[in-house]
Amino acid sequence: MILDSKIPAGPLAEKWTKHKFNSKLVNPANKRKYDIIVVGTGLAGASAAASLAELGYNVKAFTFHDSPRRAHSIAAQGGINAAKNYQNDGDSVFRLFYDTIKGGDYRAREGNVYRLAEVSVKIIDQCVAQGVPFAREYGGLLANRSFGGAQVSRTFYARGQTGQQLLLGAYSALSRQVANGKVKLYPRSEMMDVVMIDGHARGIVTRNLITGAVETHAAHAVLLCTGGYGNVFFLSTNAMGCNVTAAWRAHKRGAYFANPCFTQIHPTCIPVSGDHQSKLTLMSESLRNDGRVWVPASKENSEKLRKGLIKVSDLKEEDRDYFLERKYPSFGNLVPRDVASRNAKEVCDDGRGVNETGEAVFLDFRDAIKRDSKAVIESKYGNLFDMYKQITGEDPYEGPMMIYPAVHYTMGGLWVDYNLMTTIPGLYCLGEANFSDHGANRLGASALMQGLADGYFVIPYTIGDYLAQTPPKKVDENHPEFAKVAQEVKNRVSQLLNINGKKTVDFFHKKLGKIMWNQCGMARTAEGLKQAKAEIKALKKDFWADVKVLGTNEELNLSLEKAHRVADFIELGELMIDDALNRNESCGGHFRVEYQTPEGEALRDDENYAYVAAWKYVGEDQEEELYKEPLEFENVKLTQRSYK
Amino acid sequence: MQLTLKIWRQKNASDKGGFATYPVNHVSKDMSFLEMLDVLNEELTEKGEDPVHFDHDCREGICGTCSLYINGKPHGPLQTTTCQLHMRSFNDGETITIEPWRAKAFPVLKDLVVDRGALDRIIQAGGYVNVNTGGVPDANEIPIPKTIAELAMDAAQCIGCGACVAACKNASAMLFTSAKVSQLALLPQGRVERKTRAEKMVAQMDSEGFGACTNTGACEAECPKGISITNIARMNREYFSAVISSDNL
Repeated sequence: MILDSKIPAGPLAEKWTKHKFNSKLVNPANKRKYDIIVVGTGLAGASAAASLAELGYNVKAFTFHDSPRRAHSIAAQGGINAAKNYQNDGDSVFRLFYDTIKGGDYRAREGNVYRLAEVSVKIIDQCVAQGVPFAREYGGLLANRSFGGAQVSRTFYARGQTGQQLLLGAYSALSRQVANGKVKLYPRSEMMDVVMIDGHARGIVTRNLITGAVETHAAHAVLLCTGGYGNVFFLSTNAMGCNVTAAWRAHKRGAYFANPCFTQIHPTCIPVSGDHQSKLTLMSESLRNDGRVWVPASKENSEKLRKGLIKVSDLKEEDRDYFLERKYPSFGNLVPRDVASRNAKEVCDDGRGVNETGEAVFLDFRDAIKRDSKAVIESKYGNLFDMYKQITGEDPYEGPMMIYPAVHYTMGGLWVDYNLMTTIPGLYCLGEANFSDHGANRLGASALMQGLADGYFVIPYTIGDYLAQTPPKKVDENHPEFAKVAQEVKNRVSQLLNINGKKTVDFFHKKLGKIMWNQCGMARTAEGLKQAKAEIKALKKDFWADVKVLGTNEELNLSLEKAHRVADFIELGELMIDDALNRNESCGGHFRVEYQTPEGEALRDDENYAYVAAWKYVGEDQEEELYKEPLEFENVKLTQRSYK
Repeated sequence: MQLTLKIWRQKNASDKGGFATYPVNHVSKDMSFLEMLDVLNEELTEKGEDPVHFDHDCREGICGTCSLYINGKPHGPLQTTTCQLHMRSFNDGETITIEPWRAKAFPVLKDLVVDRGALDRIIQAGGYVNVNTGGVPDANEIPIPKTIAELAMDAAQCIGCGACVAACKNASAMLFTSAKVSQLALLPQGRVERKTRAEKMVAQMDSEGFGACTNTGACEAECPKGISITNIARMNREYFSAVISSDNL
């Protein structure tokens, strides 16, 4: 199969307009004859479900949460980018496009990224119209800040809770359509599989998490808006429920999985405090606008600090190494996430980490407080400082915060074309769950932008083109394929319940997480990856022989829910390893130790690896097949990223 | 630390339920309350006993999924969500009582898990601005005074956890409902429909079986996001001015 990205021909700035015109339309009177399933109700899912229902389609929206408002989009703090150029500081659609392509280390499609930048401006209009209370200036107009490596102020924000406010905006639009009867909501329902008829996605099988009932749902198209897979690392900043199951089931039915090894490690997270740790907490990287990152210049001082022999205040200016400012004088503390994370790891590996575990660096507001006053810093970051104090018991106004990188976002995901359709006709994938816009590294404040762009402004146009070519005849839920897939789901449930092993699901999840973090985390080597692959294969065998899943199917059963998800994470982990091993270069969040510049920066190999790696599932315990979608750059020149 | 937990166990919605007592050892003060329950659940699972079911997700205090009535207070002794409560707030040797949210409108599904769908239905009754995707004015065409935007944001911070209902002796959802009514009544975008919104959301709230407000202020005192009771006053004003000139009479 040749991967056709369906990027329209013609000049970059005209592609989307042209494509919208060339896409077929569904007659307004016919829209009510089409059923669409949306799985997931985060930014991408809620905005898609609401927008499609507004157009007149019948939507069924599914979430494993008790309410659509719980989706993890809610936790995004810093903001959302848009090329509004309200600040008159030189921003434009092209600049946002350029920054995103460059930030992604030239591993994303030009056409997709340009479209993202183009529709970004409409997202802000839409959210404001919904009543999202963005931050404002005294004149009543919207406020902006510069964020995560951008040299213009294009980030819109609502205190440190931008994701929350945007999600509640999309949730309100969704709720409105529920009230209108155009969306039927299925909370506490987990998608277990895709149903295919004649090669097209025509429905899903779900498990009701309260009753255990395995249910089938038919539709003319299925949208997966199910988020990222960062929890494959066990410890991440993702919510506890985030999982890959929906995407992975679709993968096993024929949807290719693209660039699975591209994961983002976020530099400003609260360090691990012990083995009991269940998740890591991110603090918005907007903190790096005013905080200075440092460690002691000497190992001796770090060691003394760790042992409590000296205090932070004992270290004079010349004893401190502001390593980001030193190495990257023009970007300083605002270098992209992958660069900031890798440098933190480097100084800690060098023995200069600062907390008990030696895996933490300082983020210091002393100078900012001196310059701007405590009140100013409090008004900007008050909630983040409170959160830090809540979790660590220490007051960041008094001494520096301690931070360490943690898994935060996954750029990889299901392969989609320009229409957001996967390699399965009729199956779409939106938001973090797809691979499309961030290349090998995502810029700050771009996840919210992509989720809402896909849901509000891309899918309503592109899905019409597919549906217009699909007869509006009701999809028959009595088609034998539905019963067959439902039976397969039931079999898997009983298989898990009947293993009766000795080890808990969390035991396997933690073990998988350790393997992934150590070998497929911030730095990867061919040797380590090979070793990890063998370990994961053994872990999978052990899981299916010795996992202990208690209770029955016919009840709310947390260990059963987790078992399904961890089983899929184990298989995904192996594919991530394959992908990381295949990519013999360093780019963005993927850092292969063997491929670096003399200064220790990521060394790309554009000649051999300027492609999307899309993996096809071929069968249980078989090596997946690799398909390459070459990336063509006509509007940007590939350069070595430099933030010096 | 060593603790004794008295936890409400209830097999399903129709089961009568009752308290069970569990000792937990090896608790560190840096653990969050939910991580302490994770430890208990691992131990229970290893022994082949059904783990304690509780709702939780983001574990960073923003999704509103976690609940728990701890020692007679929603989300425990601090004004935070349970996931942001750490064991350093408790003493070694303490007995901690953990119950689900108690309210007629929040039926227990299992153990500590309740159904808060009633809150979604209140929003569905009118907690939105009636605009479709696309075709809206440029964002800066609607200037909003900073002070108003801030007040709207104060109200919009509600995470929908239901602690206000659990804290209230009347199980009233006035704080929750008023937060959304206030946010939209304060902003020009929401003013167009302020009358019908207030009427519909209050009607839905009443029909879900939530109690009336008697101004005890327990909701505000327990709200992890510090939503102010002045929102209730604003909603009352919105509601009364809506009903006296109602188009729905």
